[in-house]
Amino acid sequence: MTEPSHAANSLELKDLSVAYRVGRRNRAVLRNVNLTIKAGEAYGLVGESGCGKSTVALSVVRYLPRNGSITGGSIALDGKDVMKLDSEALRRARADSVSMVYQDPGKALNPSLRIGRQLTEIFELSGITGQAATDKATAMLNRVRISDPVSVMQRYPHQLSGGMQQRVAIAMALANDPSMLILDEPTTGLDATVEAEVLDLIGQLRRELSASILFISHNLAVVSNMCDRVGVLYAGMLVEEGWTKDVFNDPRHPYTVALLRCLPRGGQRKDQGRLDTIPGFLPGIGANIVGCAFADRCALATERCRTEPPPLYDLGDGRLSRCHYHDNAQALPRTTPADVPAAPPKHAPPVLQVEGLNKTYASHGHPLRAVKDVSVSLRPGETLGLVGESGSGKTTFARLLLGLVAPDDGGSIELEGKKLAPRLASRTEDQVKAVQIVFQNPDSALNRSHSIRHILSRALKRLGGLSGKTLDTRLEELVRSVRLTDRHLAVKPRQLSGGLKQRVAIARAFAGDPRIVVCDEPTSALDVSVQAAILNLLADLQSRQDVSYIFISHDLGVVRYLSDKIAVLYLGRIMEFGPSEAVFSGPHHPYTEALLSAVPKLDRTESSRIRLDGEIPSAANPPTGCVFHTRCPRKIGAICETQEPQLTEAQPGHTIGCHIPYAELARLQAPKITAAEPA
Amino acid sequence: MSATDTPASLPAPAAPDSARRSPWGEVLHSLSRSGTFLTGLFILLFWVVCALFGQNFVPYDPLASDIINALTPPAADHWFGTDQLGRDVFSRVIVGSRDILTVAPLATILATIAGTALGLVIGYFRGIVDDIVSRVLEAFMAIPVVIIALLAIVALGTSKITVIVVIGLSFAPIIARTVRSAVLAERELDYVAAAKLRHEGALHTMFVEILPNVIPPILVETTVRLGYAIFAVATLSFMGFGIQPPSPDWGLSISSNYGMIGGGFWWTVLFDALAIASLVIGVNLVADGVHGAFND
Ligand SMILES: Nc1ncnc2c1ncn2[C@@H]1O[C@H](COP(=O)(O)OP(=O)(O)OP(=O)(O)O)[C@@H](O)[C@H]1O
Ligand code: SF4
Ligand code: SF4
Ligand SMILES: [Mg+2]
Repeated sequence: MTEPSHAANSLELKDLSVAYRVGRRNRAVLRNVNLTIKAGEAYGLVGESGCGKSTVALSVVRYLPRNGSITGGSIALDGKDVMKLDSEALRRARADSVSMVYQDPGKALNPSLRIGRQLTEIFELSGITGQAATDKATAMLNRVRISDPVSVMQRYPHQLSGGMQQRVAIAMALANDPSMLILDEPTTGLDATVEAEVLDLIGQLRRELSASILFISHNLAVVSNMCDRVGVLYAGMLVEEGWTKDVFNDPRHPYTVALLRCLPRGGQRKDQGRLDTIPGFLPGIGANIVGCAFADRCALATERCRTEPPPLYDLGDGRLSRCHYHDNAQALPRTTPADVPAAPPKHAPPVLQVEGLNKTYASHGHPLRAVKDVSVSLRPGETLGLVGESGSGKTTFARLLLGLVAPDDGGSIELEGKKLAPRLASRTEDQVKAVQIVFQNPDSALNRSHSIRHILSRALKRLGGLSGKTLDTRLEELVRSVRLTDRHLAVKPRQLSGGLKQRVAIARAFAGDPRIVVCDEPTSALDVSVQAAILNLLADLQSRQDVSYIFISHDLGVVRYLSDKIAVLYLGRIMEFGPSEAVFSGPHHPYTEALLSAVPKLDRTESSRIRLDGEIPSAANPPTGCVFHTRCPRKIGAICETQEPQLTEAQPGHTIGCHIPYAELARLQAPKITAAEPA
Repeated sequence: MSATDTPASLPAPAAPDSARRSPWGEVLHSLSRSGTFLTGLFILLFWVVCALFGQNFVPYDPLASDIINALTPPAADHWFGTDQLGRDVFSRVIVGSRDILTVAPLATILATIAGTALGLVIGYFRGIVDDIVSRVLEAFMAIPVVIIALLAIVALGTSKITVIVVIGLSFAPIIARTVRSAVLAERELDYVAAAKLRHEGALHTMFVEILPNVIPPILVETTVRLGYAIFAVATLSFMGFGIQPPSPDWGLSISSNYGMIGGGFWWTVLFDALAIASLVIGVNLVADGVHGAFND
């Protein structure tokens, strides 16, 4: 902190309006935003992508892009008007009192300088040099809980994992003891366990530093765990504000209500109903808004909403809502039917049977076992969820199934009872079209030079064996089945939003009536409302066509919603495999237990969280015995270090690979079974 | 997948955003505002017009000699003077753009086609194909064009076609190298994996899937190569291996007149040299503009 006696408000935005100049016109992005963050307070800002969250952050430090300008209002940092600072004073304010951490730690770190150099540079700017600077840098790394700072200082950014990079970025942000810390999606790119670690770190630092925090995230659960107060931003306007637990437990704006409903909560599953979605789209920047900005998408909207802009109603106790009918917000009708008929249980023979699959890469002359002895089976119409931290072999396993990567000899993959050739080139046409994939990133998956019509027609031709009139008819059906229209056919991928692009990718995977579709993080780049729509679509397509999914996601709530079976992977090995309900409700493998407890929960049940310490060991040099023993909170002794546990059947169809007997796991985890339910 | 009467659990998708400028529109827009590009284009177009129509508007027949008026210095009758055969230098410079502006672009097109095909193949297949072909290309690129030209001319005899083939083939490896590195990045994208998952052949994947996405670096490299090709054609003509008399070609004119500089007859060489320089500069400005427009 610069001054212990600074003004009570760390940050005060008054009627802040910001515009971006596009095509010779100033287009409003922020409209009269009023927001106050008190000293030592953590304030969360949530909203769909494009609603203006980052613009708020950038305005505070006046780092707006060149075409951006503040068109009205004021910004006060520690009581000082930022707009009135000259460039020198602004530079000092940025160096002394505000720090920012971005989503992508890569942006904050210079790829060509060693970590140590980048850290000492900051201190050199304030006149500390030589050994003193090095000592301070080491202290900074200790502060962000980096276990071996001396060796980390010697490394380049790309030699650190994403979580470590983000911790270094946070260390750099804290180097100047800021009184205001702005975190813009600091954990979005990270795995659930790493995310939990980074969030814990931020929480602890907050107590140590008493800095105020502006925390921006599209993940409502993360914000609910981190922040005292929360503001919901929509089309550049604050539409709701209040204490975090009030806003999330008792939302008073239909938009907040809708956002919360998009998330699969309380262990919701696809056979218990579809997720709610928010119809329509955020108004574009600079849109001329008459009446309520949310009216087009709000099922409660009345004539009054369309003509009379709602003021920010004060509901008392610091709660604000920009809705004429705030008392009634929770009566917002669902956009999707709450229940769908549960699919009858399946007794069909498995569509996929994988036995003893292995994949070894060569890494610097050492064998790297990316997938080791994996066996799973899956019935038609079922979803197999693959979970595990980054580098656990999920993507490699998916690529083996697809034939994009050839497995080691031995092991087998059977599709509907017939053996699949290891290489794609030697599979038959029927086998090729039977196993398809929806990639994580539609920008990479859809050829940017081709029109949507070309992309889908080609898939229908090659996978569906169609041509001429039949192809056209089928194309129309396919497009409608993913809820796109003819209008979308003529355009190129870049003219579509992320959610629409992902629908095209799904349509392409379904062109040849596949038996198995691999979904590799298909919604991780999407907003919650779009994610809900895509998950619903996948569930609908599955119940209609009896297709099976291999579903990879780091969001355990999402995996649980869609999966019938779960395989938990760690360093390429299966730790636990079984029916989704059994795996989630436990007793489970200690690794599964840790993964589940790392999930941030909306209702802030601060269950006795289990933390995984340390980095994931390298797959090229895995620990002896149980590969999880270096991080296992339940390790029982030497046996874990010497003897690899076998996957044993705990219950019919549910296997766990741990030396602790099932009954003992049940006893150990008993009090936590309820707490481990994701919110 | 047939039913559309299932519960509509998705919002109506928004109309595609067609208002946004296409990437090509973006490039054209930025070119139209680039002073560098427009200046280069102006110079280039000037010479193209001379090449196409110069014959019709020059004051004298560029080939007609007039020995009596040989080696007159620049004056009102002969703006750029006359050469040792009394031919009008101004007319010769204007019309002299024709051969070089045929040969150099054709050579560049040949280089682009051959280089693109080669680059696609080695970038797409990588592995041993890439290793072998890349080594051969490197070795090839190490030999000066002039030596290749000499060998080819000895083998094929002198003609415009020879010059086109020689320059085209010696520039192809450079374009192949550019295309290869662009293809290496493209082939890692998931749309290529998606093509494999449709059992697409290598030709389809290379030419229909990947090629359209590597056009920008190819265009940039092609404009840069055109500058070098012009220079190479002029050099070969100067050395007597390229365009043959009686063409009023610039390189050829310099070659037959440079002995006169010592006698003070500078005008027989200077204007041809300036013409070559201006054309090369013009093309380079265009290349810079194109490069800038694609890399903004
Ligand atoms: N082509 C390759 N060459 C060498 N090692 C590889 C290769 N592909 C993957 N690996 C290694 O194999 C292991 C598993 O990788 P994989 O990408 O399948 O994990 P993942 O769980 O999908 O990770 P993420 O969630 O980050 O995508 C990792 O240690 C990775 O470094
Ligand atoms: S003011 Fe009307 S349209 Fe706006 S959120 Fe409230 S009910 Fe919906
Ligand atoms: S075998 Fe030991 S180290 Fe491995 S998960 Fe079980 S208790 Fe933990
Ligand atoms: Mg992966």
